[in-house]
Parts: sequence; C-alpha cells; structure tokens
Amino acid sequence: MARFLTLTRGFARWDWTDWAAHLYLLLGVLIMFGPVAWLGLSSLKSEGALQAFPPTLLPYEQASVDVPGRGTLKLFHVVAGEYQGQDLAELRRMGLQSQLIDPKAPGTIIRLKLDERVPITRLRAAWDNYSALFGKFNFLGYFWNSVFITGVATVLTLLVNSMAAFALSKYRFTGRDSVFLLMLATLMIPPTIVLVPNYLIAATLGLTDNPWGVIWPAVATPTGVFLLRQYMLTLPDELIEAARMDNASEWRIYWRIVLPLSAPALAVLAIFSVMWRWNEFLWPMVVLSRSETFTLPLALNSFQGELATQWNYLLAMTVVTLLPVTVIFAFLQKYITQGIASAGVK
Amino acid sequence: MGSLSLRSVAKSFGEVRVIHDVSFDIPDGSFTVFVGPSGCGKSTLLRMICGLETVTSGDIAIDGTRVNDISAARRGLAMVFQSYALYPHMTVYQNMAFGLENIATPKAEIARRVAEAARMLKLESYLQRKPTALSGGQRQRVAIGRAIVREPRIFLFDEPLSNLDAELRVGMRAELIDLHRRLKSTMIYVTHDQVEAMTMADTIVVLRAGKVEQVGRPLDLYNHPANVFVAGFIGSPRMNLLEGRVHRADAAGVAVELPGHGVFATRAQGARLAAGDTVTLGIRPEHIRLDGDHNRLTGTVAGVEQLGGLSYVRLADPAVTVQLPGQTRLDFGAGVRVHLPDDAIHLFDAQGQALARAGEPA
Repeated sequence: MARFLTLTRGFARWDWTDWAAHLYLLLGVLIMFGPVAWLGLSSLKSEGALQAFPPTLLPYEQASVDVPGRGTLKLFHVVAGEYQGQDLAELRRMGLQSQLIDPKAPGTIIRLKLDERVPITRLRAAWDNYSALFGKFNFLGYFWNSVFITGVATVLTLLVNSMAAFALSKYRFTGRDSVFLLMLATLMIPPTIVLVPNYLIAATLGLTDNPWGVIWPAVATPTGVFLLRQYMLTLPDELIEAARMDNASEWRIYWRIVLPLSAPALAVLAIFSVMWRWNEFLWPMVVLSRSETFTLPLALNSFQGELATQWNYLLAMTVVTLLPVTVIFAFLQKYITQGIASAGVK
Repeated sequence: MGSLSLRSVAKSFGEVRVIHDVSFDIPDGSFTVFVGPSGCGKSTLLRMICGLETVTSGDIAIDGTRVNDISAARRGLAMVFQSYALYPHMTVYQNMAFGLENIATPKAEIARRVAEAARMLKLESYLQRKPTALSGGQRQRVAIGRAIVREPRIFLFDEPLSNLDAELRVGMRAELIDLHRRLKSTMIYVTHDQVEAMTMADTIVVLRAGKVEQVGRPLDLYNHPANVFVAGFIGSPRMNLLEGRVHRADAAGVAVELPGHGVFATRAQGARLAAGDTVTLGIRPEHIRLDGDHNRLTGTVAGVEQLGGLSYVRLADPAVTVQLPGQTRLDFGAGVRVHLPDDAIHLFDAQGQALARAGEPA
C-alpha cells in the first residue's frame, strides 16, 4: 500500500510531475471523499456537538462527572486565576459568571468568569444516533420498502429490457431500427415533463400509495435496452442459428443461450438499476403519500421538519441509506468496467 | 434416409441475386462437397438447404418431401458451423445434450447417445470441460458430436476445417472420411479448398457466382472439366491455360495456333468451330513432357520449385508450369523446349465450354 501510494514516474527521485500528479490525485480524493467522510463522522456526533462552533472534524463531547447530590455535571478546565490548572464541574451559569465545584470536594462553590474556564472535551461516538433509528423511528419499515422496490424493480428491469434487447439485436424485422431510435429518443425527454401524465396514469390504475406504483413505470429503461442490445450484438449469430438447428424454441434460445452469455452486461444494468431505484426520490414522492409506504429517501426528507430538524438522526439515517449501494458497488465494480467496456458504451 | 434434391433454386438478397437456378440431386449416403471461390454462394446454398435462409424461388426436397416452408429445426438436419458455434457457457456434455433436451428425449437416452458420440470422437475425458478449455481440433470434434447425437438425415458442414492449422486439417479430413464410412449418412460439405474437395468427396459441386459450373465425381471433374473455370479451379498446381486461335478444324481434331509459338495438334472435336475462332488451350502441368517431336513449345525458366520427389518449373512467355518427375538441373534463365501431348490437351471455346475429345463422351 505504501509502495503504491509513493509510486513515481519511473525515476528514482521524485520528479515535479510526481508531485503534481500526487497533489492532483489528493485533491480529487478530498473533493470526492471529503463530504462522505464528513457525513460519516458527523453522524456520530451528538446533537450538541453538531451545533458547536467552530465545528470539529471528530465527534467530541464535553466530559462530565457524577457528583453525589448534584447529579451529572460538565467538566471545565480552569486556565486563569487562583484555580488555574484544576478541573472543575460546573453547577450553573449566571450571566458572565459561572459557579463551579471541585468534584473531589463538592462542598465549596467557586465563582469564575466565563473566559477563565474552557470545556474539557473527549472523543465519544454517539452510537445512540443509530440505535435510535430502530427504536424511535420506523426505520426498518422504510428500509424494507426500499429493498422491496429496488429488488423487484431490478429483477423486472433485467427481464423486460433483456427481452427487448434480444428482439432488437437478433431479429430482422421491418421497423426494427426505427423502434430502437424511438426508444432512445425518449432519453431526451426530462422525467419532470412526463411527471404529471405519469402520475395521472398511475392514479387511474390505482397504483398510488403502493410500491408497485414506483416499480412498474421504472421497469423499461431505454438506457438498459441500449446497453444490453449493444452487448448482444457482439454475440455471434451462429450460436443462435446452432440453437435453432438444435430444435430450441425462441424462448429457450433467449433463456438458455442469450441470457447466460449476456451476464456481464446484465450485471452492469443490475448495478445501475439498484442505484437508480435506491436513490430515486421525485417519482416515489409523487406516488407515495402515506408514511408507511415511504422509501428511505422519502423518509430522510420527512425528517427535515418545518421548524426543527434532528440533524444527528438525519445524518445517521443518511449513512445507513448510503451503505447498501456502496457495498454493492464496491463488490461489483469490476463487472461495471468490464461490462461497459464490452458493451461499447462510454 | 437422406437424399436431397434441388430444383431451380434461386436466392436474392433485395435486388442482388446470389444463387441462380441451381438444380442437382444428392443420393442417400453420399459425401458431397460444394466447392468454389469465396463469395460464390456455396455457404448461402448450404444455409438454404438447412433452413436458415429462405428460398426465393425453386424447390428443395429432402427424401422427396418439399421442405421450403419447414423450419430449420424440423428438417432433421444437423450443421457443423465454421466457427463451431459451441455454447461457451455449457460443458461439452451440455453442448451435445442441448439439442436432445429440446425435443424432450429421456435422460437415459441422452446419456447413451452422448457417451456413444464421445467414444466415437475420443472426447470421453473432456465431457465436463467448457469449450474454451479445449484445443481447436477438440472443439471441432465437439461440434461434430453435437451433430451426431441428433442422428440427422443429412449432415451439413460449413468450412469446418478452415480454422485449424494445416497439420490438424489433414488429420481431421481423414477422421471425417472415416466417420462418413461408419455412419453411412448423407453429408454435405462446403469448402473453398479444392484439395479438400478432391480428397473427401464422392461428388463435387463446383459453384461460381451463384451458378453450378459442374457436378461430378472428383476424377471426372479433374479429367474432363466442363469449362475453363472448373479446369482452372480443380487441380494443384492449376492447369495451364493459353489463349489461341483455331488454325484448322477437321475430323482428326482441332489444330490451334498460339500466337508466336506455332500450331498445336489436339484431339478436340471442333465441328462447330471455324478457323480464326478464339479458343483456350489447357494442359495440366504433369502432362507436359520434355521429350516429343511435335507440339513443341519454347520458354525461359522463370522459377524452379524443387520438392524432392518432383519439381515444378515455371516458364515465362508463355507462362506455363511444368511438373517434372524427380529432381531437375534446370535453372533460372535457361531455355527449355517442352512437348504438349495431343491427347492431354483440353480445348475450350470462346464461351469457355470444353470441346469433347476424340474417344470420350461429349
């Protein structure tokens, strides 16, 4: 790892191009990874730490101590005056003054100016942000909605798109290219434009407030058909002819020959579909209005109240929402590059 | 169980006519080779027979039944493709079993037939491998095995040996001939290699530009080519073809004048020729001799190929290849006089059609 990170252009010493390259890459890492790291670290902060100014990178929390008879008090370090160097617990703040006691001798009340003491902080991750998701909120319900919609929509997307791609790549019929072009042309229509008509259709079919209302409109994607068709074009026609000579029905040719051989392209589309469905926001928001049917992005949105937002829970939920897609992507990314390269799509 | 007949079969792709009015019969149990240069339509013809291409006009009949409108699968034929077209994601066993599974053959029967084909083709130890783990020759065998297990009425081979190296090709050729002898099925084989055609076929169909040039047994084609094309195509090295004019045509034969080289007597029957008509004189390299007192031709040696057992001498002006037995001392630039025996000369008229020779059927 260390060797990889200090790779040079080939000279023994560091050339200026090496410095430039590493700086550039470092900048890239910061830009790409910085916000995610910031999100991850912030999700472990308590609500108070999130509000703190100046903000800290790591999740710090003010240290506190249990004083018998006084309850849990916050600890401060005295930086000036008679008690300089001591750690005292604060009883209360009064204007510009603070009343503190020594936790070891809780009898005496010490009065100090506010700027004579600084809070003692220590690293502490607020894991209860996460545990609260499962206790206070219906997180598992949202999670299941998202998983169901993503899973079912992906399976159906693969099935429908691969059938369309098979027909468009391996059958010769009049109008084949026009059909294909028409399909691609729909890529140029922004989804916001067809949002209302789509909603009207979904409403007429009684699909609102129903996960199938999110699934069905997403099943046929021009991108998916294009990706699979380009890949299937590379499968030799002789294979299909051989299968036809082997008495295979068209369905069996599709199911036993074309589909298994298109696995790399299917993997790519599966990953894309999972990411699309998992992160989709606008359409589910339009179709789903009851809180029980919400997917994770909708639930996240509903966390931001009009008056108050519980940022610590929101951040924790965002992290959990990101995780599945990140894991899937990390494990399957080699198929993405492979599949995209072989499908001739950039 | 596997005779084939073609009647005035034609095929057009849009405006382009690729097969013109082809008719011939293939008897049951024969090994027929379609041979011709690239783009002559031989593969298209094969694909029409097996049902992968539609027939524009004419009839194709298998065992007397017209099959034009019967789908490829139902014609009962099996094809071995040039690229083998093995299913790359299936094992050898699955590749061979796929066709039988599709017609719902009982499992035990599939296993029996695959095992038998594997034994015949020496593939027993490879049955669980994927095609990518096999050599070219083994893949070829799997492709043949996939055809055998289906027990087809006719086997179709589309240039099956063209992806193999030269040595393997000779070996596979012998195996295929052996296979034909054992199975006694009708086989149709497409190739552009006339050596393959000559060595394997019972019957050769020579095609050019979508037309049948000649149908016949290999040696008949070699000895009695029907036209200039077949004469030049069959035989290696190719027949020497020289442009000339009729000097005299009478009952004894046609005498041909080759400009600048004198008059040559032939046995060709040229009743329909008149003096001055353009003709093509053909003679095979192995028929040209160094001794002889007439029909002599003088040329300069332009190249010598010594093969040890025999030698090819290429002459310039006229461009003629001579095959000499054994080894030769002739060297580049030497002047040589050769003799063209009368009875070995083929003569073709201006349209390229062969003229019958004395003592042979027209």
